[in-house]
Amino acid sequence: MARRLPPLGALLIFLAAVVAPLSYAVRPVSDAHRSAAAELFAASTDGSLGDLESTYEAVSTFKILGVQKDKKLAGKACKLATDTLSASSSPAKDLFHAGRIAAVLGCSVDAGVYDDVASRLKAVIKDTNSLLEFYYSVGGLLSLKEQGHSVVLSDADSTFHAIKALSQSDGRWRYDTNSAESSTFAAGIALEALAGVVSLSDAEVDPSMIGVVKNDIAKLFGSIKSYDDGTFYFDEKHVDASEYKGPITTSASVVRGVTSFANVVSGKLNVPGEKILGLAKFFLGIGLPGSGKDCFNQIESLSLLENNRVFVPLILSLPSNVLSLTSKDQLKVEVTTVFGSAAPPLRVNLVQVLGSDSKVVTTDSKELQFDLQNSLHYLDIAPLKIDVGKYSLFFEISLQDQEHETVYTTGGRNAETIVVTGLIKVDKAEIGIAENDAGTVESVEKLDLLKGTQVSLSANHLQKLRLSFQLATPLGRTFKPHQVFLKLKHESKVEHLFVVPGSARQFKIVLDFLGLVEKFYYLSGRYDLELAVGDAAMENSFILDLGHLELDLPEAPEKAPRPPAQAVDPFSKFGPKKEINHIFRVPEKRPPKEVSLAFTGVTLLPFIGFLIGLMRLGVNLKNFPSLPGPAAFASLFHAGIGAVLLLYVLFWVKLDLFTTLKYLGFLAVFLVFVGHRALSYLSSTSTKQKTA
Amino acid sequence: MPKAAGDAKLLIQSLSKAYAATPTNLKIIDLYVVFAVATAVVQVVYMGVVGSFPFNSFLSGVLSCIGTAVLAVCLRIQVNKDNKEFKDLAPERAFADFVLCNLVLHLVIMNFLG
Repeated sequence: MARRLPPLGALLIFLAAVVAPLSYAVRPVSDAHRSAAAELFAASTDGSLGDLESTYEAVSTFKILGVQKDKKLAGKACKLATDTLSASSSPAKDLFHAGRIAAVLGCSVDAGVYDDVASRLKAVIKDTNSLLEFYYSVGGLLSLKEQGHSVVLSDADSTFHAIKALSQSDGRWRYDTNSAESSTFAAGIALEALAGVVSLSDAEVDPSMIGVVKNDIAKLFGSIKSYDDGTFYFDEKHVDASEYKGPITTSASVVRGVTSFANVVSGKLNVPGEKILGLAKFFLGIGLPGSGKDCFNQIESLSLLENNRVFVPLILSLPSNVLSLTSKDQLKVEVTTVFGSAAPPLRVNLVQVLGSDSKVVTTDSKELQFDLQNSLHYLDIAPLKIDVGKYSLFFEISLQDQEHETVYTTGGRNAETIVVTGLIKVDKAEIGIAENDAGTVESVEKLDLLKGTQVSLSANHLQKLRLSFQLATPLGRTFKPHQVFLKLKHESKVEHLFVVPGSARQFKIVLDFLGLVEKFYYLSGRYDLELAVGDAAMENSFILDLGHLELDLPEAPEKAPRPPAQAVDPFSKFGPKKEINHIFRVPEKRPPKEVSLAFTGVTLLPFIGFLIGLMRLGVNLKNFPSLPGPAAFASLFHAGIGAVLLLYVLFWVKLDLFTTLKYLGFLAVFLVFVGHRALSYLSSTSTKQKTA
Repeated sequence: MPKAAGDAKLLIQSLSKAYAATPTNLKIIDLYVVFAVATAVVQVVYMGVVGSFPFNSFLSGVLSCIGTAVLAVCLRIQVNKDNKEFKDLAPERAFADFVLCNLVLHLVIMNFLG
C-alpha cells in the first residue's frame, strides 16, 4: 500500500487543483481578510506605519475589520497626526490625512490647534480652483467635525458651485479648470467633497443643484463597466491618462463618493441595485488583496456598501462548492451582507441547473428551506436527480418584506458553480490475450478491480492484449473520467502509457503488440500493468496494480531505436544541477608598477634634453611683440593652443567625441582669428626689417 | 683602421662646422625633431622590454612622436631660406600650418589613446 501512496497523493493534488478554482467564488469578508490586513499593514522596523496616507489606510482598515493593534502603534500614529496638525507649514493634503487619523484613533488634540487648522483649510477652499485641494480641505474640515469640533462652512453654496463647475457632461470630473482630461476617479473625489460641503453647510444647499448632481451620478453609472458574471466596476475611459489609478482605486473612489453623497441628501439616488451588487461582487471577487492600498480600498468600499442609503447588497454564497452524493450532502446557501451579517427574511429559489456542457438539467423552481439556527438555506439534492459532475446553479432571491426592496439589492439571478461527487461503480472488468486473427480469445480473466486481484499473462508479438471495463455513476449512467490510463512498465523501468478510450458503454483498449514492437524497443520480459482512473467528481479515483505480462518480442534488428536511459532516481531530475563554470578572458600580463613608472620618467629625459639644447642655442623671447595690442593677441594665441590641448586631455579623461568637437569648433574659430592677427603682425614686422 | 677613424673624425668635424652656420630657428626645429624621435625610441624600447599590451596606447604614443617629427621636418623645409621652392611662403604661414596639423594629429591620437 505504501508503494501506491505517491500516485494517490498526485491524484489528490490533481483533485484539489480541479476544485480550487471553484472556491474562488464570492464569499463575504472573513477572518482571512483580517490576517491579510495585519500582514499588509505590518509596521516597519521603527514602529511606524509609513507616511500619513498609508498610516490612515492602515488604522482605518484595522478599525473597520476590528483588528486590535497594540497601543504603541496607535500612539505613534497619533503623534504623527498631532505633529502634522500643529505644524504651521503642513499642506492641506497632510492636514486631511492627519485629521482623519486623529478621527479614527480618537487622538486628543487641543481645540486651539483645531481652530487654527479649520481657518487654514477654509482659506485654502476660498483660494483654490483645484479639485484635489477642495477634496483635501473639505475632507479635513469634515474630520474635525467628526471629532466633535464645531465647524461651519459659511459660503457652502459658492464652494458647491465651484466644485460642480469642474464636472463634465458625462458625469465625470476634471481635476482643475485648466485640465482637459476628465476622470472617473476625480468624479468619486468630487462627489465625496460635495457630500462634505453639504454636511458642513449651515444652511440648506440649493436643492436644484443637488438634483443636478444626482443626475450626474446616474450618468456616471451609465459608464460603468462589467464582466459577464454580473460584476461591475469603474475604470478610466482612457487608461493611458496621466493620473491612471486602476480599477480598484477608481471603483473605491466612486463608491466612497456616491455612498457619502447619498447619506447627506434627502431622497433616493437613481442607481440600479444590480450595479451596486455588481460593485460589491467586484470588491469581494478581489479575494485577498496584494497591497495595502488595495486592501484599504476593498475593505473601506465594502464597509460603505454594507450600510448605505442607496442599496445594501446581499451576497449569495455557498459555504461549500463540493457536494458528495455518498454522504448525501445538502445544498447549502448563505445570503448575507458583504461583511457576513444576516440578511432580512427572504426566500431563495433554485430556478435552473445547467450541466457542464450548458445542457439544461432541470428548470423546475425549488424553494430552499431556511435553517434559522445557522441562517442557512438548504435543499436536498437527491430529488433533483443530479448525477456526479460539474453544474451551474441559478438562484433567485426574493425578499419577503416589500419595504426591504428599496433598501436591499439581491440582483436578479445568481449563478454558482458546484461539483457533485460520488462513488463510481467499476463493472465487468476483463483482461485477456487474443490471437491476432479474428480475435479468437485464448484466455480471458475476469477482474475485480476494487479487490485488487492480480493476473499473470504471457503473450508474444503476434498476439493482442485486451482490457475492458465499465464505469457507472450512482444513478447508473456511464461515467467518463478525465483520466483513464493503462501503464506498462518493463523491468528496466521503461514505461509506456496508453489512454484507454471510452465508448458509450464501456472502456476498452486493445494493444496489438505487432504494431508496438518498435515502440517497446524490442524489449522482451516482464511488464507490470497498472490502471489509473481519476476524476475530480470521482470519490474513489484509483491507481491499481493489475498484475504482470510476460512478453516475448523478436530480436531487435540493428537499426532499432535504443530505449532511453532511465534516471536512476526519478527525483534526481529535480536535484541540483552541475555548477556552471564561467570562462573569463585571462587578463593581459602587465609589468610591475615600478617599471612603468620608471619608463614614464625616461620619456621625460628627451624633453629635458630638448630644454637644455634650447638653452645652449641661446633661444630667447625677444621676437615676442612688445606693443600691448599685438602682445595681447600673441598671448591669446598661445593660450588658445593651450586650451585646445587641455580640451584634448579632457577628451581623453571623460568627454565624448561629439562634446569635444562642439567645444573644439568654438575654440578653433577663436584660435584662427587670434592666430591670424598674431602671425600677420610678426610677418609684417619681419618684412619691415628686411626692407628697412 | 686608425686612418679610417681619422677620416671619420674629419668628416664629423667638417659636418659640425657646416652645421654651425645653420640659422638658429632651423636648429630649434632640428632639436625638436631629435627630441620627438628620442621619445618615440624610448616607447619602442619600453614595448620591447615589457610587451605591447595596451597596443593602441603604444601606437598612439609612438605615432604622436613620429607624426609631430614629420610635421616639424615639413616645417623645416618650408622655413629654410635656401629652398627656393618655398620662397613666396612666409615662415609665419608655415608655422600656422604646423600648429594646425599638430592639433588635428593630436585630436586623432587622443581618440585612439583609449
